[in-house]
Amino acid sequence: MADTATLQYTVDDYKSSEKPTWCPGCGDFGVLNALYHAMREKNYNPKDVVLVSGIGCSSRLPFFVATYGFHGVHGRAMPIATGVKVARPDLHVLVLGGDGDAFAIGGGHFMHAARRNLNVTYVIMDNQTYGLTKGQASPTAQRGYVHKAAPQGTLEEPVNPLLLAMACGASFVARGFSGQPKDLAQLILAGIEHQGLAIIDTYSPCPTFNKVNTFKTYREEVAPLPADHDPTNFEAALKIAASSMPRYLGVIYRREGPSYEQLLEQRKTGTEADLPRLLDSLFDRFS
Amino acid sequence: MPKNDLVIRVAGEAGEGVLSTGQLLVQGAARAGYRVLTDFSPPAEIKGGYSFFQIRIGSRLFYSRGDSVDLLLAFNREAYDLSSGDLTEGGLLIYDPAEVSPPASPTRTQYPVPLSEIARTQLKFELGKNVVAVGVLAALFGMPEEYLRKLLEQRFGGRGPDILNKNLGALEAGLRYVREHIINQPGFRRELFEVERSPADGRRIVVSGNQAASLGALTAGVQFFAGYPITPASDIMEFLAAELPKVGGAVIQAEDEIASMNMVLGASFAGKRAMTSTSGPGVSLMVEALGLASMAELPCVLVDCQRAGPSTGMPTRHEQGDLWLAAFGGHGEIQRIVLAPTSVEDCYYQIQHAFNLADKYQLPVILLLDTVLSVRTESIPRPDPQRIPRWSRLLYQEPNGQGVPPHEGIFLRYQLTDSGISPMSIPGQRGGQYVATGLEHNEEGRPRYDAETKTRFTEKRFKKLAAAPQDAPEPDFYGDASAEIGIITWGSTAGAVREAIERAAEEGIRVAGIAPKMLWPVPDAQLRPFLEGKREVMVAEVNYNGQFARILEAHWGRPLRHVNAYAGEPFKVRDLLAAIRTAARAGAVAR
Repeated sequence: MADTATLQYTVDDYKSSEKPTWCPGCGDFGVLNALYHAMREKNYNPKDVVLVSGIGCSSRLPFFVATYGFHGVHGRAMPIATGVKVARPDLHVLVLGGDGDAFAIGGGHFMHAARRNLNVTYVIMDNQTYGLTKGQASPTAQRGYVHKAAPQGTLEEPVNPLLLAMACGASFVARGFSGQPKDLAQLILAGIEHQGLAIIDTYSPCPTFNKVNTFKTYREEVAPLPADHDPTNFEAALKIAASSMPRYLGVIYRREGPSYEQLLEQRKTGTEADLPRLLDSLFDRFS
Repeated sequence: MPKNDLVIRVAGEAGEGVLSTGQLLVQGAARAGYRVLTDFSPPAEIKGGYSFFQIRIGSRLFYSRGDSVDLLLAFNREAYDLSSGDLTEGGLLIYDPAEVSPPASPTRTQYPVPLSEIARTQLKFELGKNVVAVGVLAALFGMPEEYLRKLLEQRFGGRGPDILNKNLGALEAGLRYVREHIINQPGFRRELFEVERSPADGRRIVVSGNQAASLGALTAGVQFFAGYPITPASDIMEFLAAELPKVGGAVIQAEDEIASMNMVLGASFAGKRAMTSTSGPGVSLMVEALGLASMAELPCVLVDCQRAGPSTGMPTRHEQGDLWLAAFGGHGEIQRIVLAPTSVEDCYYQIQHAFNLADKYQLPVILLLDTVLSVRTESIPRPDPQRIPRWSRLLYQEPNGQGVPPHEGIFLRYQLTDSGISPMSIPGQRGGQYVATGLEHNEEGRPRYDAETKTRFTEKRFKKLAAAPQDAPEPDFYGDASAEIGIITWGSTAGAVREAIERAAEEGIRVAGIAPKMLWPVPDAQLRPFLEGKREVMVAEVNYNGQFARILEAHWGRPLRHVNAYAGEPFKVRDLLAAIRTAARAGAVAR
């Protein structure tokens, strides 16, 4: 329980009474735990946090956290989060969702979110499939992935989330793995502390429907970044991002600068108290 | 005896100055004390094409743009071809002889005014053609020129004496040409075109419906706007983009309408009054988010500047075709309120009602404007920002005490109350945490699919909606309340209906008219009494299906007479008058 004298929150303070609906062995449990730890590290008061999600197994995450949350419609988590953060820059906003939510129906919004550079952290639980609807291919499913809507395997190339994020101008691009929750918590922390949109594509295996990309295969395929990798070097980051094997984990790219809502705040020249005077001057203008 | 009502139309090639001529004339006329109401028919494309600006001017209140034109200024051949048919019998045609040579006609008087030549050769100021045209028109209807001079000084004074003098010279050239070549001609009947000014009746402003709605949104305390450009709604976004930051608000031009509405919901969840504006095609895209707002019970305001549809339709043409979409569009059983202002001034006030209703009932409110209202400028009384008090949401109250553990039990965001309205918390409030969701949910907001939850919460949400008519803004009433013929209408059609009722009265036909502002849910207490004593009830709207008529027919279980137009234009008063005469005759025969 929280120490009421100094109000240091514990992980239990972030757990809601709702038990996760995920299958045993789901990668999302690791992400949830990493998130609890990252919030505790920041000692966030749960009342000041808003978790925004879309639709999918991973998008159920906000229900399991004792903060405010917005479980929106499919693909629209970033726009909703944009409204929240621009209206209330004082709130800590994180966006959660899956690879379908982010890159299929949400694909258009993903691009503009990267351009906009709002100060939120976006954790994409990437299991290279659609779990909630029982195993169809997602945009990150590997070519030839077999499922009921493509019995002979998919024909499309998977999208590379890291390259996509960088191409769209994202200022913080990282990759994590729910099988390494301590590292993931550090990544989430780094994302939170980054001033701007932090995109963390997080491998989070679906043991029920994706028999191809599993905890076992990811463990074999992931690798830490080369020791000399400079995340501020765009070209170097592109090379790392383009590597499908190994799957590099860590902060691939980062760029400092002001975030969207910061810039909007700077453009505000008044407050609500200025309304009567503004109306008067506008009525005069139209006379 | 000067006239109290004159309709002037300036027609020509888009980009040629039709709009700027009209706007300059309107602003000067409004300051001079004339009542003005305008309509702008833009070209279909960005560059080029026929367009016209119509100004109704005089001393009386106007409610529509006028069926026919008394004074037509045609800049070119196409303008003459397309507009001369609207010139009234005995009307006046002014044309540029360098562009068109219209044949003489017994039904009109016509004079050439070499606008291009005056501007180019005489003044060496080609761009001044519009100001010459303004001088021509002002001289014809007898407007005192000092108001125009002052307006030009205001507009161009800061740009140096050279540009100002050029413009003043252009104005003078137009005025002089008319005095020397038209007014002094034998046979010119000045009294047909000279217009009376209205008596001083307080301060007025000249704004479009979109501007009035934008001013009303500011007045209502809107703090967040997200939108996407679309004809004819874009200027609401552009207006607020300039003004909202001055009161601490934010405007985002989103990547599309879907993003726009979802951003609005995020801002509303975060506690701010939030809105978007769009047209039909945008509303179609927003339907999913509107459903989410219904289910999650989030206040929001959507201004739909309706245009001719379906699909891409006619982007610059008029229709009242989105009522069904506004009231019912969306899968499942959703709750929302639909309001429709009837005039430019009404746009300023109805949008404030929209925000109040959205906040009180925690659901989306759609405000239906239309192309006519969006684009029309009118001189209206200076708005009163105090007239409509601002309501606030029913809010969760944080418990007292300091150093209290974060977990204090779960807040019942969707508490089942007598009214159906639950106190709502805002992020940042201690103990108010909940997750807004589009899933069916219990009082805590947790997703639940059992029969009892679904039943009780469906009833809760509809109980809210059922109560909304008690807060319906007052309808407009026209004509003779005791008449046996009644017309129900909505939106800008109300203006033409009002005029038709006045004209019918002049012919001895008594008609009662009503234009409700809340269209959905049906404000039964306002409308049902209207039916009493009526042997004929018509519903006039610019759409094919009689969308409001069908809503009312379903509601009352009785047929109504549909009066429709669907040509992409507002009703002509004479067509409504014809419908009234038919109804009057039908009644006489029945007896």
